[in-house]
Amino acid sequence: MGKLRGLIPPFLLVALWEAAAATGWLTLESLSRPSHILIAGARALMEGSILVATWQTIEAAALGLLIAVAAGVLSGVLIGLSRPLARTVGPTIEGLRPIPAVAFIPLALLYFGYGLPMEGAVVAYGCVWPVLVATASAVRGIEPRLLEVAAALEMSFAAKVWKIILPAAMARINLGVRVAAGFALVVAVTVEIVVNPRGLGYSLILAQQSLRVDLMYAQLIWLSFLGFVLNLALGRIGRASGASERAAQ
Amino acid sequence: MAHGHSAQDLMRPAGSAQPAMSVREVSLTLGGPPGRLILDAISFDVRQGEFLSIVGPSGCGKTTLLRLMAGLMPPTSGEITFEGAPVRRPSLSRAIVFQDYTNALLPWRTVSANIALSLEARGVARAERDDRVAALLKKMGLQHAAAQFPGQLSGGMQQRVQIARCLAQQPRIMLMDEPFGALDAITRQGLQDELMALAADEKMTVAFITHDLEEAIYLGDRVFVLAANPGRVVEEIEVGLERPRHQLLTREDPRFLKHRHRLFGLLQGH
Repeated sequence: MGKLRGLIPPFLLVALWEAAAATGWLTLESLSRPSHILIAGARALMEGSILVATWQTIEAAALGLLIAVAAGVLSGVLIGLSRPLARTVGPTIEGLRPIPAVAFIPLALLYFGYGLPMEGAVVAYGCVWPVLVATASAVRGIEPRLLEVAAALEMSFAAKVWKIILPAAMARINLGVRVAAGFALVVAVTVEIVVNPRGLGYSLILAQQSLRVDLMYAQLIWLSFLGFVLNLALGRIGRASGASERAAQ
Repeated sequence: MAHGHSAQDLMRPAGSAQPAMSVREVSLTLGGPPGRLILDAISFDVRQGEFLSIVGPSGCGKTTLLRLMAGLMPPTSGEITFEGAPVRRPSLSRAIVFQDYTNALLPWRTVSANIALSLEARGVARAERDDRVAALLKKMGLQHAAAQFPGQLSGGMQQRVQIARCLAQQPRIMLMDEPFGALDAITRQGLQDELMALAADEKMTVAFITHDLEEAIYLGDRVFVLAANPGRVVEEIEVGLERPRHQLLTREDPRFLKHRHRLFGLLQGH
């Protein structure tokens, strides 16, 4: 009962909304009505258009995130290990980091044209910073004794990174990746709404321009569902790594 | 070469091998200039196959001395050689047992995988690793803990894991920094006896740092006493107690007590 209680407000709202629209009391076109939204959503699912758009958005978000994680972890490890390097590139990073990723859309368009690479690049720019900053601070915080163990065993730099540094920093790197992953979806949809003719963001714009308000709402609900699933998945990954961390303490 | 013999050479018994490790006029200054003199012109040899205890009060630089011997840091002046070659960086042939086993073990690896780390570092083939790890687990009494993580074990067990990992290096010297300092008395005595048996079995060369003078005498073939400010060797004794030693009988032996009195006075005097 306690859990279900949280469902009361949305159901009540939807019921009121539907009733208001059915009795003709609510005539605003921009609000559509729940039954129409449901039908539009079901139709889009069945004909597959929303699934194709979903795949395109996820593909771009994942590509960007992948690049961001690779670049962020690599540079984060180097910056975390070397104080001189951190002092050298630190101000540059702090200068680049606050630039909103979407501000790079025009530039990315010039470089890549429309399509996946351009979207992936903007997502990557937005996502690299949380990963880089989390990795660098995690690596800086590694128990110095562990690095001495690596030295005592004459490990190569690659072995030291792979066997000592990355596992030791993994929990905190994961946190950065989780923040970045949430951000990836936001940036991808934004790029699609603003300029890129693909994915869920573009579908939203198309529905709006053709005054398919019902479809717009259906897509919004679908997006919130995607975000929910993404959070759930990331939470699970986080808990799994957290659990192994706890077992290790 | 008529004048080629130093006093050190003449003091050495005829026919003895070269020392495992040789520390010559080693000084260390930190900070500054002018800085603080931590170790002042320390010279000694670690003989092949001996158990050398180095005892001193806290702040005498004994841990620092061990770090220099390991190659974890360079001395400001003087030279340390191991098997005739200068020590410049850490080496697999010189295993280091740290006091803080909790920090020195990889918390995300099981006991087996922690021991295997040394084998991986030495490039031992995967197939061979399992056998080696199993043998070391048995030797250190860790069979039942093989699949556990260090955080699930008692301090004594964790220190066993670290010692096993060091043995897996197949080192030619063990450098041990107060390895039993953080353990309770009963666990410490058990590990002391195991370590001595191990050292005897493998004919290990050991340099053992401690602040506990009874431990130094009980374990050592020789004991060096360091004094603080700056750290320097003020006394060297040959223990001369036969092995195997016994926690009660050895510690009640008049020779043990004589050493203890002498060292106690030295440590109090500074």
